[in-house]
Amino acid sequence: MYDKLSRHRFLFEELVKRDFKKKYKRTVLGMAWSVLSPLLTLLVMKLVFTQFFGRTTAHYTIYLFCGNLIFSYFNEATSQGMGSLMGNAGIFTKVNVPKYLFLLSKNVQTLINFGLTLCVFCVFCVLDHIAFTWKLVMLLYPIVCLVLFNIGVGLILSALFVFFRDIQYLWSVFTMLLMYMSAIFYTIDQYSYTVQCLFLLNPVYLFIRYFRKIVIEATIPTVWFHLLMAADVLIVVGIGCWMYKKYNTRFLYYV
Amino acid sequence: MSILEVENVSIRYITGDFKDIGLKEFVMRRLKGDYHVREFWADRDVSFTLEKGDMLGIIGANGAGKSTLLKVVSGIMEPTRGRVRRQGSIAALLELGSGFDGDLTVRENTYLRGAMLGYTRQFMNETYEQIIQFAELSDFQDRPFKQLSSGMKSRLAFSIASLVHPDILILDEVLSVGDGAFRRKSEVKMREIIGSGATTILVSHSLPQVREMCSKVLWLHRGEQVDFGPDVAGICDRYAEFLAKR
Repeated sequence: MYDKLSRHRFLFEELVKRDFKKKYKRTVLGMAWSVLSPLLTLLVMKLVFTQFFGRTTAHYTIYLFCGNLIFSYFNEATSQGMGSLMGNAGIFTKVNVPKYLFLLSKNVQTLINFGLTLCVFCVFCVLDHIAFTWKLVMLLYPIVCLVLFNIGVGLILSALFVFFRDIQYLWSVFTMLLMYMSAIFYTIDQYSYTVQCLFLLNPVYLFIRYFRKIVIEATIPTVWFHLLMAADVLIVVGIGCWMYKKYNTRFLYYV
Repeated sequence: MSILEVENVSIRYITGDFKDIGLKEFVMRRLKGDYHVREFWADRDVSFTLEKGDMLGIIGANGAGKSTLLKVVSGIMEPTRGRVRRQGSIAALLELGSGFDGDLTVRENTYLRGAMLGYTRQFMNETYEQIIQFAELSDFQDRPFKQLSSGMKSRLAFSIASLVHPDILILDEVLSVGDGAFRRKSEVKMREIIGSGATTILVSHSLPQVREMCSKVLWLHRGEQVDFGPDVAGICDRYAEFLAKR
């Protein structure tokens, strides 16, 4: 795998560059959009939901931002990753290149967006008087997990998209539902214990929760929590790799 | 040991299955009772072997399965049956004009294509000027690719591709790019590559070209292998006769 990657490094770099140029072509604000759009979402949520949840939740802006930060990265990486294989059909039907490169290149782009938003997030933390402790280092764990998780979901979606174009509509409905179920703007304290446990089945919620625990409560989640996240990542990446391996030579019949 | 062995290769396309027609059509056809999965064999039992330095010409009418066969040889597709054994590196120049990105500039596209063909960045930096000059596109380097004429596009494609030094080279109708002057230039270039000892597979509709350049010929007709052998003149004569009769 590593050997293959280093052999295709030049191609990978060029693909990343291409995706970047195409994304911000003829936009006035260019890369600023990647920071602006989550901020606008944050603003709207803050305006609407402070009335209902803001009074009882400490650091509500940061609470919201944690949710938006994670969710918008997940949403962007998976929705854009979905088309990565189809969009490059013209290339992989003519040249024998590893097909996952297209998805990884898209993911690099969304990861950079995430990084930029994360910087803004830090600024907000300072403004909101969040105490910076050594525990912030632990955020690396959910970030790495989230990157891998997004790649895994992207692999599955992009493979499915070749066979079933319906998946794009299905996925946009699904992500919207997922957004409401990820406790982005509300807290889950009012629910019964059983329902609260059900929330743990949602991987996106796990990532958001981890962020909030570290940033707002300054506590490190349990070992089980870590393992649960790792398990989610492994499952998704496993399925994704298996699909790419299985259908590697069959994709081109359906593009 | 031969450099390329193709043994009883068959390739099947399936049309009309569930993934192809979608849920609505699937249910409709099931209800009407005319749901069939159709098979289409693009190639059937094709076999040939090539030694180092051989030049194979593949001839046959449109839809004979030539391009599909090349995709299998280059490893883009897996054969449904049979197997392909190859030794050494392989470069396939299939349908040169496609696979470029209209929004990127000529320069960016050149690098991207070079990367696809497996060149290194260093190699591209060194040869970029040479490529642009050969393609006669010096004035267009920073123009978006979509503004180029189709002749210019294929000229650029050919110029990038002609730098390859593979053990096996696959050419799908690339010897007929550009206007007359460029065509002569590209033929000289092509001969240079072939002369350097690469094993070459050439798909061409130009019989004189095949007669002149090739050392072996494979004749396909609707996926069936009609003939294969080193008797270039004989097979070409029969093919010409066959074409005349139709």
